[in-house]
Amino acid sequence: MAKQLVVDPKKCVACRTCELVCSFKHNEEFNPRLSNVSVFHYEEAAITVPIMCMQCDEASCAAICPTGALKRNAEGVITHDANKCIVCKMCVSACPLGNVSYSVAKKKIFKCDLCDGETWCAVHCPTGAISVVDPDEVPDKKKLAADKLKAAVEEVCA
Amino acid sequence: MTRGNGWIGTILRVNLTEGTIKKEPLNMQDAKDYVGARGLGTKYYCNEVDPKVDPLSPENKLIFMTGPLTGTAACSAGRYEVVSKAPLTGTIGAANSGGHFGPELKYAGYDGIIFEGKAETPVYLHIDDELVELLPADDLWGQGVHPVTEALEAKHGKVHVATIGRPGERMMLYAGVMNDKNRAAGRGGMGAVMGSKNLKAVVVRGTGGVKVANPEKFMEEATKARTMLRAHPVTGEGLAALGTEILVNIVNEVGGLPLHNGRDGSYWDKADDTSGERLVETHLVKNQGCFGCTIACGRVTKIEGRGDLDGFGEGPEYEAGWSYGAACGVNDIGAIVKANFICNEEGMDPITLGSTVACAMELFEMGAIPESDIGFPLRFGDAEAMVKLTQMCADGEGFGNIIGLGSYRLAEKYGHPELSMSTKKQEMPAYDGRAIQGIGLEYATSNRGGCHVRGYMISPEVLGLPVKLDPQVTEGKGALLKTFQDLTALCDSTGICLFTTFGIGLPEIAGQYREAVGSDETDEEILLKGERIWNLEKRFNIEAGVEKDTLPPRLLREALPSGPAKGKVNELQTMLADYYAARNWTSDGIPTQEKLDELNLTY
Repeated sequence: MAKQLVVDPKKCVACRTCELVCSFKHNEEFNPRLSNVSVFHYEEAAITVPIMCMQCDEASCAAICPTGALKRNAEGVITHDANKCIVCKMCVSACPLGNVSYSVAKKKIFKCDLCDGETWCAVHCPTGAISVVDPDEVPDKKKLAADKLKAAVEEVCA
Repeated sequence: MTRGNGWIGTILRVNLTEGTIKKEPLNMQDAKDYVGARGLGTKYYCNEVDPKVDPLSPENKLIFMTGPLTGTAACSAGRYEVVSKAPLTGTIGAANSGGHFGPELKYAGYDGIIFEGKAETPVYLHIDDELVELLPADDLWGQGVHPVTEALEAKHGKVHVATIGRPGERMMLYAGVMNDKNRAAGRGGMGAVMGSKNLKAVVVRGTGGVKVANPEKFMEEATKARTMLRAHPVTGEGLAALGTEILVNIVNEVGGLPLHNGRDGSYWDKADDTSGERLVETHLVKNQGCFGCTIACGRVTKIEGRGDLDGFGEGPEYEAGWSYGAACGVNDIGAIVKANFICNEEGMDPITLGSTVACAMELFEMGAIPESDIGFPLRFGDAEAMVKLTQMCADGEGFGNIIGLGSYRLAEKYGHPELSMSTKKQEMPAYDGRAIQGIGLEYATSNRGGCHVRGYMISPEVLGLPVKLDPQVTEGKGALLKTFQDLTALCDSTGICLFTTFGIGLPEIAGQYREAVGSDETDEEILLKGERIWNLEKRFNIEAGVEKDTLPPRLLREALPSGPAKGKVNELQTMLADYYAARNWTSDGIPTQEKLDELNLTY
């Protein structure tokens, strides 16, 4: 089962370290334009959101790939095989989240592969805004809501 | 050579008089000897410009320079330097800034830009990878930093912008260059030099990358440094939570927060009203980092419910919080945040501006400036007058133009140059040299005039980093300051942020540098480059005719009237002798030939 990247915009300080290390891990150069994770900063809201591939269960990138270059591996990660890729870019169009990219300079397709388990974006994130979790252990939002309700009830009753 | 060893290998040379743009190879020998950014920019400058040049003339040049670590995953490596002769001081001017602009310049394919001459009409430089062009800026002239940045982003897409506000256009002596809206190459008037060239902005978009010599070892060094910063109480916690304003109460507790232009000592019973803790409670929206930074000390702030004061932006830093706070005796934190917003929006150095307002307040209270000159009373503690004067300075209106001269020229105009709290005509920041001896020595010897980021003696003397020293002791401070100055010159020149030195030291800076550029030099050999940079700056200043190292008479003769350091003055002469000896300079502060030979420095 694939690990799940989880993003917490509240913790993100817009430093783009994730873009730096991701591009370096996959290209041996520091180049945010080649990063699989992209950071979007909303200045007036003072909120910053890192976005990357979510390894969809129903992965349209893999479904549309005509050569089998995009495939799910044993760990559940959708990987990209450059040797099989004909750079038709159908996957770029197919991904509803925009998380498969094409580099004009390098003439290649690239996407998140969870760094073969090392997930550099999460490892190097200084604030914990990006983390990797086992999907079964994703924080239970229902439980968090229940915690809040319990606290409210306690306050009202007290 | 292109894109390797931390460098791109290309410098842009833009002649604004001719309207020509050339791409030339980076001088690799100078890059090796002077590291990058501050050091390399200064070396290029000294190679090409007469030290006697009028800073605001077309004969002057303006250099933007990155370092070999800029744009890499080295810790907090988002910095670049703007270098020229400083119009405020006549010294070498080197102003460092973060944000995202510097890395983007490298991604576009350039280590630096040299601007020459003067454009006939306002222009801006547009860089989109290979494409580099000068475009008309007539419609941008007369606008502030934020609207200009937004207009250029709307026109050119995902770009990063460095620009000047209206004071820079008017060549106001301490106008800064602002990038990414609120990040400043702030001190000494680099924005005035830009304005003198009719250059409104530099716009850059880059899609290339930066490569390092030893990728695996480089990431090991960078990760080690980043891990240390994240684990350190100052860089991993304090600065993110409270910003640099964390220092207000700490410095006040040692009696080192200069009050009322230093007239009334340096201990303030209202300091907490202006503290980092108070800023969090009142105006902080969130903290934010520059490019690639683990520290994230930036303050995103908002003022609401204050009518005319309302606004949104960044800051203040501790220094601006002090210049508008304790120096002016203003404890209205909303007014302080507002005055700092105006400085960001118009590209003015808030340390010099706030300190100049404080100087004017003292001159007014003693009757040296008539009310008719200002247009209203200007007493310590008057928040409304302080914000108003800051706005007038931005607008170039009335007495605001006199404030725009800086405190030295203001105080001289009104017959009391001794009341300017400046060295070499640049205002000293937020630490009193009477309460903290070593920082006084640092102000006196700084190569760009009054400044705290040329050898931050507050670290050992107040914060106890790397070791705690008694702020009142003078022995050993000269030698320690020399090491701090050399290390700072090295740090600034690599492209990483000086704030990293709270949590890391020479081994980590040198380690990242070595693996990026592919060097086998020892830590000591790398630190020697910092010393070479310091001596080059000093040599320039001597050739430019800059005055000797000293402090305002207030710090040397007026004993502190109250607080923990009551009765103290700065013991400059004792420390200065030790300092010159440690530098192997003459007793007059001139680098000896022996020292220059050792550093292989010819200038």
